[in-house]
Amino acid sequence: MALAEQFDSSNVDIPPGKGVATSTEVKMVAEGVDVYYGDKQAIDNVSMEILDKSVTAFIGPSGCGKSTFLRCLNRMNDTIDIAKVTGRIYLDGEDINSSEVDPVQVRARVGMVFQKPNPFPKSIYENVAYGPRIHGLASTREELDDIVKGSLARAGLLDEVESRMHEPGTGLSGGQQQRLCIARCIACNPEVILMDEPTSALDPIASARIEELIDELRENYCIIIVTHNMQQAARISQKTAFFHLGVLVEYENTVDIFNNPRDERTKDYISGRFG
Amino acid sequence: MTGALIVTLAVLSVIGYYMGRSKSVASVSGEVHQLHSRPGYYGFYVAIWTALPAFLLFVVWQILEPQILRAFVMGNVGPAVSELPPERVDLFYRDVVAIATEGVPSQVTPDHEAAADHYTSLKSLGTWSFVAFVMSLSVFLFAFAYRKVSPTLRARNWVERVIMGLLIVCSVIAILTTVGIILSLLFESLRFFNRIPIQDFLFGLQWSPQTALRAEQVGASGAFGAVPLFAGTFLITIIAMTVALPVGLMSAVYFSEYAGPGVRGFVKPMLEILAGVPTVVYGFFALLTVAPFIRDTADALGVATPAQSALAAGSVMGIMLIPFISSLSDDVINSVPQSLRDGSFAMGATKSETIRKVVLPAALPGIVGAVLLAVSRAIGETMIVVMAAGRSGNLTFNPLDSVTTITVQIVALLTGDQEFDSAKTLSAFALGLTLFFVTLVLNVIALNIVQKYRERYD
Repeated sequence: MALAEQFDSSNVDIPPGKGVATSTEVKMVAEGVDVYYGDKQAIDNVSMEILDKSVTAFIGPSGCGKSTFLRCLNRMNDTIDIAKVTGRIYLDGEDINSSEVDPVQVRARVGMVFQKPNPFPKSIYENVAYGPRIHGLASTREELDDIVKGSLARAGLLDEVESRMHEPGTGLSGGQQQRLCIARCIACNPEVILMDEPTSALDPIASARIEELIDELRENYCIIIVTHNMQQAARISQKTAFFHLGVLVEYENTVDIFNNPRDERTKDYISGRFG
Repeated sequence: MTGALIVTLAVLSVIGYYMGRSKSVASVSGEVHQLHSRPGYYGFYVAIWTALPAFLLFVVWQILEPQILRAFVMGNVGPAVSELPPERVDLFYRDVVAIATEGVPSQVTPDHEAAADHYTSLKSLGTWSFVAFVMSLSVFLFAFAYRKVSPTLRARNWVERVIMGLLIVCSVIAILTTVGIILSLLFESLRFFNRIPIQDFLFGLQWSPQTALRAEQVGASGAFGAVPLFAGTFLITIIAMTVALPVGLMSAVYFSEYAGPGVRGFVKPMLEILAGVPTVVYGFFALLTVAPFIRDTADALGVATPAQSALAAGSVMGIMLIPFISSLSDDVINSVPQSLRDGSFAMGATKSETIRKVVLPAALPGIVGAVLLAVSRAIGETMIVVMAAGRSGNLTFNPLDSVTTITVQIVALLTGDQEFDSAKTLSAFALGLTLFFVTLVLNVIALNIVQKYRERYD
């Protein structure tokens, strides 16, 4: 109990009953993943299982490799010339790093939301319709309309933009832009949604709105979120992985990571001794 | 004399610099931090006072001296000369100056010689008194500035104000030159439009600028309908853009999106070499290689074509514009934020979908700007069309015909012996004005578009 008392004084609170994985279905599995940027090793032998219909948070100090690892999960590291990924990553049992797999197809199943909202310089409607169009998800205009409206509704944005669907997406506020990006991602009908610090460019109110949204989306998707904000990880995630210097240090139910960390480094990080 | 004056002024101001500097240091007995400005500024303070007013006076004198001299010399000649018609008076004075400066006068009379003697003595008197005046002014200001050097003098602020003044003068020179060129185009064009109505010029269908030199000459009344020139310019521009736009744009897409750093580092400089080829070289390439090739090909297909054709000039001009379009488009494509590409990739779009549906639409305003700049270059391009497009003002849209452009006709009108105020010569100014107007409008539109585009991402 001495340990628990020590962390009572930290500013991370987890509401009772939260921060515990309820799902048991494994969506993604990483086995011995290494990432190199040129000669520099960014990720060292990471293995983990990620549960479906839950929120998994990656925390750790800057430069610890959490974003790099996140980008392995939809092969976004392919777009960086000098990045080299080895090891196996399974999505529903299929190795997405295998040479037979088309990364474009992987990314259609594993969507991503970025740190800075990046709506395309197109209308709100066109932003959301972009994915369904390239993947041929709608065969008629009506179906496309339904997908766009449904995605905006699930991202909690429809009420705010319904009257101006054909105005530029770049004209929305930062928080609305980020929800537009989430809607755009949902519209592709992904199974997994990766979020790379999705609220770090937003004000607290817009952040809270996104957090609520993430909690709602958990019902249907496997969500993996990288965050710098430990309270955020504690509030919204069921599982938390702590990365340090490219190594996965500890991966447990969120409540255990915050209230009962086993590793010294985790303990030091969440009690604010570094990071 | 004037050379010696400038050297003296320069030496004096250098001395002024060092004296002002050392006085400022001495005035605080070496404790330089007590000065308001760094010692160098005190040096410049004295040097500028010494040289700048004297130099400005010198410039003014250079402009005014000939007029003053002429007023004095011509004020002193007898009525036999001063009552001549103005152009004869001009000639007389030119001869006087020629005699005095040991040039080649057209005529020498006692009147001329007397005036020339007067000119010589006035000129040397004027020069000497001017030099004496400037030198004493300079020395006086030197002493004045040197006395004012003290630790509290704000020499730094003062020197910076002078520098700002200098910058203003330079920009005013640039602006005035532009305004001057526009005004001269405008006034000469107005003279032209006094003879040929503007509607005949803008809408006339026949261009044949040979005017009768003598009243009884037949068949050369002169027709100044510029429509064939506009049509020719338009045709060649269209051909050039048809070549340059797809090639330039696609190569830009390749360089910015697909090419690895190795290829990019090698091929981009190659393309920039293409941009550095002088247009006259393109011109004879068009004339000696492309035009015969086109003619032979057309002949082989049974189409009789002239040696010079719009197609030859236009396609070579297009090649000239490729690096222009390519490097401008490359810049705008590169300035599309990577986050937009990532966003598209993350939704499972392929590279080409991302380029077609996200990158190019985002870069479109900038690309349009680049294209308009290229069009205005194509319209104003001269050398290639002079050499390869021909000179006959055919009103045709057949690319195998020889056509002529506005620029070609300006060259044709102004080269060779011309009577300066004939309608033929003046029409060059009207053409120049038209050309200027069109390219100006295109450039303004293009720059506006590019500007708006920049604001969106910066």
